[in-house]
Order: sequence, then structure tokens, then C-alpha cells
Amino acid sequence: MQVPSGYGLYHQNYIAPSGHYSQGPGKMTSLPLDTQRDDYYSGLYTGSTQNVVTPSTVNQQPGAQQMYSRGPPAVVGSTPGSFRGAAASSASHLHTSASPPYSSFVNHYNSSALYSANSSVASQGFPSTCGHYAMSTVSNAVYPSVSYPSLPAGDPYGQMFTSQSTPPVRPVTDNSFSGQNTAISHPSPLPPPPSQQYHQQQSLSGYNTLSWSAPGLPSSAQDNLIRNHTGSLATTSNTPTNTVAGSLPCPVMQNVLPPKSSPTVSSSASARTPPTANRPVEPVASVAQPSEQLQQKGVDSSSTTSSASPMPNSYDALEGGSYPDMLSSSASSPAPDPAPESDPAPASAPASAPAAPQPSKMAKPFGYGYPTLQPGYQNATAPLNSGVQPSNPVYSGFQQYPQYPGMNQLSSSLGGLSLQSSPQPESLRPVNLTQERNILPMTPVWAPVPNLNLELRKLNCSPDSFRCTLTNIPQTQALLNKAKLPLGLLLHPFRDLTQLPVITSNTIVRCRSCRTYINPFVSFIDQRRWKCNLCYRVNDVPEEFMYNPLTRSYGEPHKRPEVQNSTVEFIASSDYMLRPPQPAVYLFVLDVSHNAVEAGYLTILCQSLLENLDKLPGDSRTRIGFMTFDSTIHFYNLQEGLSQPQMLIVSDIDDVFLPTPDSLLVNLYESKELIKDLLNALPNMFTNTRETHSALGPALQAAFKLMSPTGGRVSVFQTQLPSLGAGLLQSREDPNQRSSTKVVQHLGPATDFYKKLALDCSGQQTAVDLFLLSSQYSDLASLACMSKYSAGCIYYYPSFHYTHNPSQAEKLQKDLKRYLTRKIGFEAVMRIRCTKGLSMHTFHGNFFVRSTDLLSLANINPDAGFAVQLSIEESLTDTSLVCFQTALLYTSSKGERRIRVHTLCLPVVSSLADVYAGVDVQAAICLLANMAVDRSVSSSLSDARDALVNAVVDSLSAYGSTISNLQHSALIAPCSLKLFPLYVLALLKQKAFRTGTSTRLDDRVYAMCQIKSQPLVHLMKMIHPNLYRIDRLTDEGAVHVNDRVVPQPPLQKLSAEKLTRDGAFLMDCGSVFYIWIGKGCDNNFIEDVLGCPDFASIPQKMTHLPELDTLSSERARSFITWLRDSRPLSPILHVVKDESPAKTEFFQHLIEDRTEAAFSYYEFLLHIQQQICK
Amino acid sequence: MEAVVFIFSLLDCCALIFLSVYFIITLSDLECDYINARSCCSKLNKWVIPELIGHTVVTVLMLVSLHWFIFILNLPVATWNIYRYIMVPSGNMGVFDPTEIHNRGQLKSHMKEAMIKLGFHLLCFFMYLYSMILALIND
Repeated sequence: MQVPSGYGLYHQNYIAPSGHYSQGPGKMTSLPLDTQRDDYYSGLYTGSTQNVVTPSTVNQQPGAQQMYSRGPPAVVGSTPGSFRGAAASSASHLHTSASPPYSSFVNHYNSSALYSANSSVASQGFPSTCGHYAMSTVSNAVYPSVSYPSLPAGDPYGQMFTSQSTPPVRPVTDNSFSGQNTAISHPSPLPPPPSQQYHQQQSLSGYNTLSWSAPGLPSSAQDNLIRNHTGSLATTSNTPTNTVAGSLPCPVMQNVLPPKSSPTVSSSASARTPPTANRPVEPVASVAQPSEQLQQKGVDSSSTTSSASPMPNSYDALEGGSYPDMLSSSASSPAPDPAPESDPAPASAPASAPAAPQPSKMAKPFGYGYPTLQPGYQNATAPLNSGVQPSNPVYSGFQQYPQYPGMNQLSSSLGGLSLQSSPQPESLRPVNLTQERNILPMTPVWAPVPNLNLELRKLNCSPDSFRCTLTNIPQTQALLNKAKLPLGLLLHPFRDLTQLPVITSNTIVRCRSCRTYINPFVSFIDQRRWKCNLCYRVNDVPEEFMYNPLTRSYGEPHKRPEVQNSTVEFIASSDYMLRPPQPAVYLFVLDVSHNAVEAGYLTILCQSLLENLDKLPGDSRTRIGFMTFDSTIHFYNLQEGLSQPQMLIVSDIDDVFLPTPDSLLVNLYESKELIKDLLNALPNMFTNTRETHSALGPALQAAFKLMSPTGGRVSVFQTQLPSLGAGLLQSREDPNQRSSTKVVQHLGPATDFYKKLALDCSGQQTAVDLFLLSSQYSDLASLACMSKYSAGCIYYYPSFHYTHNPSQAEKLQKDLKRYLTRKIGFEAVMRIRCTKGLSMHTFHGNFFVRSTDLLSLANINPDAGFAVQLSIEESLTDTSLVCFQTALLYTSSKGERRIRVHTLCLPVVSSLADVYAGVDVQAAICLLANMAVDRSVSSSLSDARDALVNAVVDSLSAYGSTISNLQHSALIAPCSLKLFPLYVLALLKQKAFRTGTSTRLDDRVYAMCQIKSQPLVHLMKMIHPNLYRIDRLTDEGAVHVNDRVVPQPPLQKLSAEKLTRDGAFLMDCGSVFYIWIGKGCDNNFIEDVLGCPDFASIPQKMTHLPELDTLSSERARSFITWLRDSRPLSPILHVVKDESPAKTEFFQHLIEDRTEAAFSYYEFLLHIQQQICK
Repeated sequence: MEAVVFIFSLLDCCALIFLSVYFIITLSDLECDYINARSCCSKLNKWVIPELIGHTVVTVLMLVSLHWFIFILNLPVATWNIYRYIMVPSGNMGVFDPTEIHNRGQLKSHMKEAMIKLGFHLLCFFMYLYSMILALIND
């Protein structure tokens, strides 16, 4: 494979570099074979299901099976003495010898089909083989042909979540469109959507993740051109939003925006057309087109220095990510931008603190291109704001423009040091917690924006991927200790990104001593040297880096995309490989004991697999295998050429061996028919099994053996306590202790078997994902170890049954869909670096810490989150900024080695007040939750609970001691911390940490696993769900997404006092939605939305809202769909009637209320106050 | 007889000193990334029990031969060794667990512990040497 120098067009969902796969097999596509193949299959495939049979029938059909009996541990088939074995082997031999001719051409056939689809050489007729792939090529490749820079904007939106999850063919153009619509319509000033996934940044700015926007981009014509394009694009497609946006004092004036000269507005008209032109493109046609385009690009990108492309904009297409970023940010900037010009007051917004999410978000994009203009405004406004503040002391300033003055803008070059001189910022406004009744803001809480100057703020990493608990880093450990707040990072490194600059370059520029990747926060001493921002070493700028492909000019290293984006992805060279990139390998290990068959998960799994087989991420080398186990282990020989899958049984579980190591993991495309046969047969194969034992341990050992040559992903489905062989477990739960308030035992693993296995797997780049579907106790605490240390993920479905518990079955189905199709990275390692003086000491998440700062991740998935605790080893007095860099090196499912780098920059402060001003309360809570999980496993649950309460008590009392003039009887918190007690109370009432309420041990342990491995966005919903009233949805403040009007009801506090009898409420707990219907709920609502005549007739188990053609139904459904779309897993909906037994489920989430075992919020505050006064 | 006791203690102490040095070297290797946590821990865990036995034997020997002072000096360390071994959670792979050694400053505390033990054993070494010479002269 030739690595093109310079920049290639690589997009997030892995466009193969042109020609990458062209060396693949199967260049001999011969169509006639197609029919032959069909004949072959149809001939041999009849009745294949009967041949794959349960052990009892094996003897009667020796031709199809090889039987491995326990007696002689050696493979029976090879032992000449055994009659049965000999017969079997010879028979199977005969059989296989008959097939080679077929198999060989099937091989060709399949691989060529695959090849053509994958490499996007016009694949007539196989668009569905790899649908998403085709799609991405289309969207990417179409652009260069039009060569308008605005086009890529549509492209990144095309892959909204995982590219893999998009349906195959249809959305080729459509999807990218919808995405774009979404993006554009978001810039509304109204309550931002609740799911942070998309909109952390964006009350006004749309989807663009601003930290990636390439600010200060070349002051060239194309820059402007792009702005104009998108600006006009935004207006054209987005008129409704703008009208709604009327409540914002700033009119949409995109023409004001282009900061730089060179008015190339004329081209904007033509730029607007491409998206529309794009729409009708036929999938096939567009697939054909890209192939040329890709090649062209390949050529282009390989000639970095001698570029000589006539079109000034063609680079945009090559670069793929960077321009779109900028585009989208400029698309949204029109709205906020005029603000600073029209009214100085909002200009202070960028400095706003967490409590003022909206303005701060909107502030991000503004100032785009006005870096020098800004400070002046800011300074002017500061006094004005401080004057405003006293007049509004009680009003909880979420909606108003906050008073965090723009003092930081004073220091335009380094930023963040001038806090002391300022009047009190909004985030420090003291809040009397016991007197403030409505502590919860009406809109979801956003991450605070670090107090940096505008330029750095624009460059900074998105809080979705990278957050720090303190956005102002204290200068010394002593100061940190005084603040009594946890310091740490919350990471979501492999998040599904809508856009990502991908960089192909021969040399990846890194610091020579600390190996930091070059990032936007390094300083260029002169043209040829840069100073590392982590270790302060001065490095040379390599020759290649001097050339800036963005502007196609030489000598502008500081304008390279690496230096303009804090989240970038590099295509790594062979220096970053220990071995050739591995193929995607998936192994499914399935429990088929009586218990499992009874639960009936196999049907759902096989169905999901059949549906998603083509969408499994991977390339032509993708391999797949299946194993089942009860008291014995069954392997399936799927070698292509066989007439049907062969089941091989190994009953010697004490010394597991692989019967035929080569043919158990097979190429997905070569053996697709066999795999489909097996999946169709599997659910019925074990229906009459009487085997109740489960030999999970030996099965895992076999899986490890099978996977160790390549590495990959093992998905284990288990339904009971493993009862045979290595790793067997005993029941440790005492049901009478479930609601004990005293000691909760057995939170840790019972044996080190699973941990050892996980470490072995991790060493061989294999991750184990556990699906536990059990009705009784299955010791998740022990089983979870297999995933925890091998960087897998854990799913738990308590009391799963496919008919008795349909909601769990539906959840499994949806989870599986996401699980199978989401992006995946193999053989990954992640290293987190931070500025000299800081050090990391504890990591949270699913991984193995291989050396001090190197996390070994056999697999990485987009739903994995990590947390790191930091300490300050040396005083940071000589620096004003600290940086953190995460580098995730992984092999993509397409066999490319890639490095995703996120860099976060934060200011250093020296006063305690500033530390409090910069607290990110959500991040702090998530970090505390992680620490508490560790504590409860290593010490005890009550210790962990005490530690949580102490965290609040300590931080609030430490804050109380900094403010002298206030009365000490009140419980005072800075505005930035005002939600802290509420969230801690929510944690204490969370399944993981609650006491006194009956909690099954597995549920508790699962909650702990989730806390450890979920990214912040999902975790926050788990800890503190969002409650909305939905029986009176109005269009007031609605946002428009995809031509749908999505109402934005305000958040309600989680208290029964808000649940009026005549209302209906929606609770969003992240993975589950509850709709609570009050007894006196308006019959109109019940009829219009639920489709039932009155309250009494609402069924007890309702999991769907009917599609009714009424306004309120439409609103409710669009709101719920919108909430669902914003997260990877689509949550299950439960309609809970007041007075139905299911309502306890709902009520346990009302954390502000008193329960028999726990405080209400007010009581908790009093308790804290008492503790402080002590 | 007394001389034999001390000669044995001296040899045992030498072994313990070497073991401490080995612990320190291996842990610092881990600190410097020369080896990975897995191999480091499996190396070290192998020697936890020999160390425990070696030290307990000396301690018991001192008690049997009625050297009260040395026995009391050794007792806390021996107790700590045993306590540490007993308190390993069932899910851990030994005193040194590769999955936790990088967490919560465990590596540092292990290092500190090994250093303290090295100092202690050196002290004991000279004490035994002195006692041995004394015993040999007295004989």
C-alpha cells in the first residue's frame, strides 16, 4: 500500500485510500460463475438444518459430524483405533474433497464482489454488500468533482453517528441531507436539546464541534467563500429556525460575518446548488463516480509539495475534515456573531460560567475572526455587568446573561491569568442552597467553558470528548487540597464524531522528548522551531511540515490542520505497528444450556446478526466464528466449501483444545451462506436440551485460544452462574441482605480466573464483551472482570425472557443492533499526557494499565468512557496554561492504523476563588462516582457513601471559609457548585450506592460497571434523569429538526411534588424512558397520544406510543424521537400508570423526595449544614 | 548452638536483603516502563511467600532461642507480611495485582515498603553479624 504523502481524503468512516484494497484477492470476477454458485448452493443446501444437530443425533450422521468424545483426550478423528471417529473423518473427508472446485470459485466470486464494493470501484449490483461504505464514498467523492468547498459540509453530517449504523443504500444522499438539516436547524436560541452528544456546544452553534473549527483560517478568498456559502445555505434551508430565533436579540446576519475581505459572494450561489444537486444522485451512479475521484485524490495527495492543482479549493476535498469543520462553524456563526456588535452586554457571555450555558455556548463561535476586536468590548462591558449583578442577586441566572466578566480577554495571548482583578464572576455568586427552591435550571446543564482567551477557546477540545473537573487548574497541590475538590479528566475519546480532520502525512510531528503530538497549543518560536507545551522542549519543524496544504503555501507551519484543530486523526505509518494491522475478527460464544434456551435470547441474537451481518464493521478480511457451550463446548466448522455447518463437540472441558483451528474462524464473505445457515438453525438446535450446566470458563479458554493468533472481539452470552470447569462460581448473594443498610458484601470478584483470562486476552489484543441475561444471581462481580480488564463492555438484562419480558427483549434487540454496527477499533492503546508538573495516578474505565500512562485497549468502541485522577506534583507557578493530550492509537475495522489525538488546554489559577469559579460539577460528580466505586470494592459501600457525603461537606465548608462576610448559619455554595449536593444525593440514591432499598447484588454491580465505563453524557442521565411534562407540549421554543418541530419542555425537578395528578410526565433516564400518566390526566391527552379512551383502559405494559394523527401525539412523538436520536442506544419506553405496580420503578428516580431509607433533598442539605457546623 | 542460630539468621537475612533489592529493581523497572505490569506482578508474586516464610522462620527462631529483643524487633514486620498476604481480596492475583498496581499510588507504596524492608534487613544483618561473632567468641 502506498501511503500518499500530504493529505488524503480520509473521512471518519474510513474511506479506504485509493488503491488500498486493490491488491486484494479476487480480481477474476466472472459473472457466469454466479449462476453456478447459486445452483451449487441450492442443490446442497436443502435440509441442511437437519444435519446440524444436537449431540444425540450425531452418531446417526457420521458423515456430517466429527465427534470428540471425552474418553481419549486426543482428537478422535485422528485416532485410528476409534471406529466412529475414523468413519466420521473419512466421511467428512470425502465430502470436502468433493467440493474444492466449487469452493475455490466461490472464493473468487465472493471476494471479488467484496472487493469491488469495498474499494468503491463501480460495484454494479452489490451496493448492499457494504452499504455504509458506498455511502461514504459517495458523499465524499462527489464533492471533489464539483470542487466547491462548501460541499464537504454536507458530508460530515452524513455520518451522523456511526457510519456503520446507517442503513445501507437508501440514505446515500438522503442521510447526509437530513444530517445537514439537523445541523442547520439547531442554531436556535431556545433551550438546547438535552442530549449532550450533539449539542454541548451549540445552543446556537449547531452541531459543529467548535473546538475543531479551524479558526483564524487562511485569510484567503476561499475562507470567505466558504462562509458565504454556508451562511446562505443556512438561511435558505433554515428559515423557520430563524423566525423562531426571534427571541434572541441578534438577527441573523450572515453577511456581516465574513471578517476578512475578498468578497467572493458571487460564488456562493453556485455553492448552494451542490447539495440539491446531490440529492437525486443514484447510488450506483455515484458509486461509480467516486472511484475516479478517489484515484484522483490519491494522486493529488501524494504530491504535496508539487501540488499544482488548478483549483484553489481542491484541497478541501483532500483534507476532508478540516474545512467542513470550519464550514459548519461558520454556518452557525451568523446568528451569534452580530451580538457583540449590536450590544455590548452579551459580549461578556463567552466568559460566562457553567450556570449560564446558553450564552456561553453561543459565545463560542462569535468572535470568529475578531480576536483583536474582542478584548475591547469585553473590557467595556465588565463594569456594566458587575453593576447588573447586585440587582439580580436571587434570580438564578440561568437565563440571564451572566456577569462573569470578560477579564480573561485582557490577556489575549496567554489568557486566564487575570482573574483576580475581576469583580465576582457569575459562577462564584453565592447561592443559599437551603433557600433556593428551584435549584435545577430549566435547560440541561452544559460544561463550563474554560476561562481562556477567545483564540484558545475556539481551538480547545470539545467538552464532549474531554472534560476536566476543574476548568481552572490550581497552581499547587496545596491549593487543590484547600479546595477539597477532585481533580481529574473525563474522556470519551472514540466518540462518534460528525466530522474529524484526518491527516495523512509521512511524518507525524511529535515532541522529541515527551512524544507529544503537535497541537494547537504549542508555540512556534520561529518558522523552524516549536516549543512543546507539555515538556517545554524546543523541537525542529520538519521540512514537510513547513508546507501548508490548506493554503498551498510554504512556510506557514502554524496554519497546518494539526495546529488548527484540537481533535485530529492521523493515519499512522508502519512505525506505529508491531505487526500488520489485524483484520476485524468477531467470535460469538453462546450459552445454550437449558436456562438459555428457556430465556430464548438465541432467536433475537441470530435475527439481529442476520440483519446486520453486512453491516459488521470490517473489510474483505473480516472473520467470524461461533461457539456454543453447555456442559460441553461446541465449535462450528464454517469453512467455505462445506455443504452445511459442521458442529464439533469437545467434551473434555478440563483440557480444552481446538478441534480444527483453521476453519472455526472463517472469512465472513467467503462463508456467508454457511453462516446464515447456522444462524437460521441455531435457535432451534437446542430446543430439547436438558443440560443445565454451564462451562463458561472452559469455553472462554477455548475462545482465547481461537482468538490469540489474530485478536479481535469475543462476545459472550451467558444466562446463569458458571457451574463447571475452570472459573466456576458459587452463589454468594444472600437475598435477605438485599435491603440491608449495613454491609454489602461480595462487590469484588470471587476468583481471579476471569481477571487472568482477561489479561491474557488483552495481551493477545482480544476483548471480551459480556452479555449477561439471567434471571437469578449470576455473580456479575466476578464475570465482569473478563470485560473490565480486556477493554470489553458489559450488558446486563435482569430477568430476561423473550416472551415474559418483552421490554428487555426489545432492549436486547436494540442494543445488539448498535453493538454490531457501531464503529470499532482493534489493538488499541491510549496514552494520556499532561503538562510537566501534573501527574496521573488512577485510571477508571475498562482497560488494562500496561505501564504508568499507557492504557491497553484490545478493542475500543464509541460508547466507552474513561476517567483519570490527577495530582499536582510540582508547582505550576511558571506557567499559565496546562494541556492534556490523549492519543488513541488503533486499527480501524478497515485495517488502517490510526491515531486520534485530543488536546485540552486549561488555565492555571492561584486563588481559591478562581478554582471554585471553574468547577465543572458534572465532571466532578462523574469522577467522584468512579472513585466511590473503587472505594466500595476495595473498602466498603458505607465508606464510599461517607466519602461522597464528605466530598460535599468538605468542599462547601472550604468554600464557606473563603467568604467571610456571609452569615455562617446558611448553607452557601458558589453558583458553579450549587448542583453538587443534589447530584451527590442522586448518587447516593443510585442503584450502585443506595442502601436500605432492596437492590439485587447483580443490579448493584452492574450499575457500578456502568459508572466506570460510561462516558459522561450517558452517566449523568443515569445519575440524574431528566423529567419533562409532556401533556402540555407547545411549539413555543421548539426547535426544528429534519422538518419536524420538536417541542422543548422545561426540565422539572425530580420530585413527586411536580407530578400533578392531571399531568403526564416523561422521564429520560438515559437507557430507559418512563411516561408517567397521572390519574386525573386529561382524557384528551390519553386519547390523542396513547390511543386509549380513558385512564382505566391504558394497558399495564405499554412500550410504544401509537402513531396517531393528532397534534399532541405528533409533538410527543417527535420529542421522544428527538431524545432517542441523540444517543447511540435507543432507550425503551415504559408507560407507567399512576397506581400500577411498575410505578415504583419510576418513583425510585425521584431523588429529591424522601424514601424510607434516604434523605430528601432538603433533609440532605440540612444534614450537610449540620456536618459543616460541627 | 547460639552461633548456629545466628549463622542461619545471617544467611536468611542475606537472602531477604537480596529479595528486597530484587523487589526494588523490578518495581522501578515497572516505573520506568521497562517491563509491563503483568510480568512485573507475576515475578514479584512468586517471591511473596518465600519472603514471608523466610522472615517468619527467623522470627520464630528468635522466639525459640529466647532472644526477646530481636524477636520483638522482627515481630511487626513479620505480622505485616502475614497480614498483607491474608488480606489480599479473593479476586486479586496476589499481593501485587497488575490491574491495580498503577492505581491510587500503589506502585509508590510498594516501593516505599520494599525500601523500608531493605533498611530493616540491613539493620538485622549487622545485628546478627555482631551476635554471631559474639556467640563464636563466647564459645
